[in-house]
Amino acid sequence: MGLGAKLISFAGWNMPVQYTSIMDEHGAVRSACGIFDISHMGQFIVSGPAALAWLNGLLTNNIAKLGIGQGQYTLMLNEQGGVIDDMIAYRSGADEFFLVVNASMIEEDFFWMAARQPEGVILRNESELWAGMAIQGPHSCEVFSRCFPSEELPPRNGISRTASGSIVCRTGYTGEDGFEFFSPAAEGISYWEKFIEAGSKPCGLGARDSLRLEMCYPLNGNDLLPNRSPIEAGLGFFCDLDKGDFIGRDVLVAQKTGGPAVKLAAIRYLEKGAPPRAHYPVLAADGTLLGELASGVLSPSLMTGIGMAYLPADFAKLGTKLSIEVRGKRFPAEVVKKPFYVKPSSPDSSSSQS
Amino acid sequence: MNTPPDLRYASSHEWVRLEGEIATVGISDHAQEELTDVVFVELPSLGRSVDAGDPTAVVESVKAASDIYAPVSGEVIEVNPDVEADPSLVNSDPYGKGWIFKIKVSDSAHVYKLMDAAAYASQIS
Repeated sequence: MGLGAKLISFAGWNMPVQYTSIMDEHGAVRSACGIFDISHMGQFIVSGPAALAWLNGLLTNNIAKLGIGQGQYTLMLNEQGGVIDDMIAYRSGADEFFLVVNASMIEEDFFWMAARQPEGVILRNESELWAGMAIQGPHSCEVFSRCFPSEELPPRNGISRTASGSIVCRTGYTGEDGFEFFSPAAEGISYWEKFIEAGSKPCGLGARDSLRLEMCYPLNGNDLLPNRSPIEAGLGFFCDLDKGDFIGRDVLVAQKTGGPAVKLAAIRYLEKGAPPRAHYPVLAADGTLLGELASGVLSPSLMTGIGMAYLPADFAKLGTKLSIEVRGKRFPAEVVKKPFYVKPSSPDSSSSQS
Repeated sequence: MNTPPDLRYASSHEWVRLEGEIATVGISDHAQEELTDVVFVELPSLGRSVDAGDPTAVVESVKAASDIYAPVSGEVIEVNPDVEADPSLVNSDPYGKGWIFKIKVSDSAHVYKLMDAAAYASQIS
């Protein structure tokens, strides 16, 4: 057998897939608290009197709705309505915005934006200046309080600064409560150790992927692509078609009016089977090849195979029977409601089992 | 790391226990620890004839799918249904209940070309 190295290269960074095991790390985030190194992610600062209007012409969500200290999930599209990148945009001041973008897209995003930058807008790529870590899980608030006894976390989707000059964002990529913490790069390691001492377990990219996929959070490059729109990806909620023009809007309006021809469906195994993974073929009940998995994993919370795939709209309806092909064998599956995982304590948890 | 002295080992981390002309095959303690969390085992079909080095079974963790190679040539005469039902046996008891398949070897001398425990232990140290 071939044993893979536990360090993998991701967007030019050497990143751990796992520290102990994906199952353990995944479980820690669902039940207690985990910490992820997200220093590879990019940070842009956009400022100036024309910043708000300019960003609203580049991004799908309505940034004018943000008060100071608030943030939103949003997407940047090409002229064809395809996704360049997804990100979180925070309003850090009256005329200042803090964007957290994907590691693999820092340069492409920056060039796309810089090429369209008008007078009155300052755009800075600060990705090299900030270390980043995501502290996630039901105990993450206590971890924060232990590290910063005299400070408070910002509200959900909010952003704040610590007295020592770090940035705290109440968001994440796991479906659990938590926050992302950006410190000056040189202080990163000492904060990392501090958060671990305060009760968070180091987690790698493997658990990050299984956690986000249980929530159906898309990963750019897998589930978001330059030839797929956010309407096809099921992210219409984050596209404000009434706010005025933005790049890609015409395509979204047409797709919303006519209904998208393909949709990103959530697919769950009906019985035990080989773990589904990206690029495995997805077949209709009659064996017709429909496409391939954009993402797939054995869900550590549900202990069953889950994945997402772009399928013709008729096959993306809830309850549609499909199969996933793994090394020539077909495993029965069906289209289910998003997300796959709903916290047991929440009132609609039963729907996740449907 | 546990490497029982009575077994032979392939550089690709399978172990072999030879009894008469029957070789029982599994993956080493080191391999299961590196893989972590075995969640699926795909067994070969009975009667399949394999050459040493052929991908013969698949062991999957959440992270990745890994081929298990036949350490010796011969015919697959038995597979372990217990690891199909409970793949975590490969982690918890790699040299016992976590065995994967048995081969009726075509030439038992081939088994002795595999590493002994000391040689394997130094490979993985």
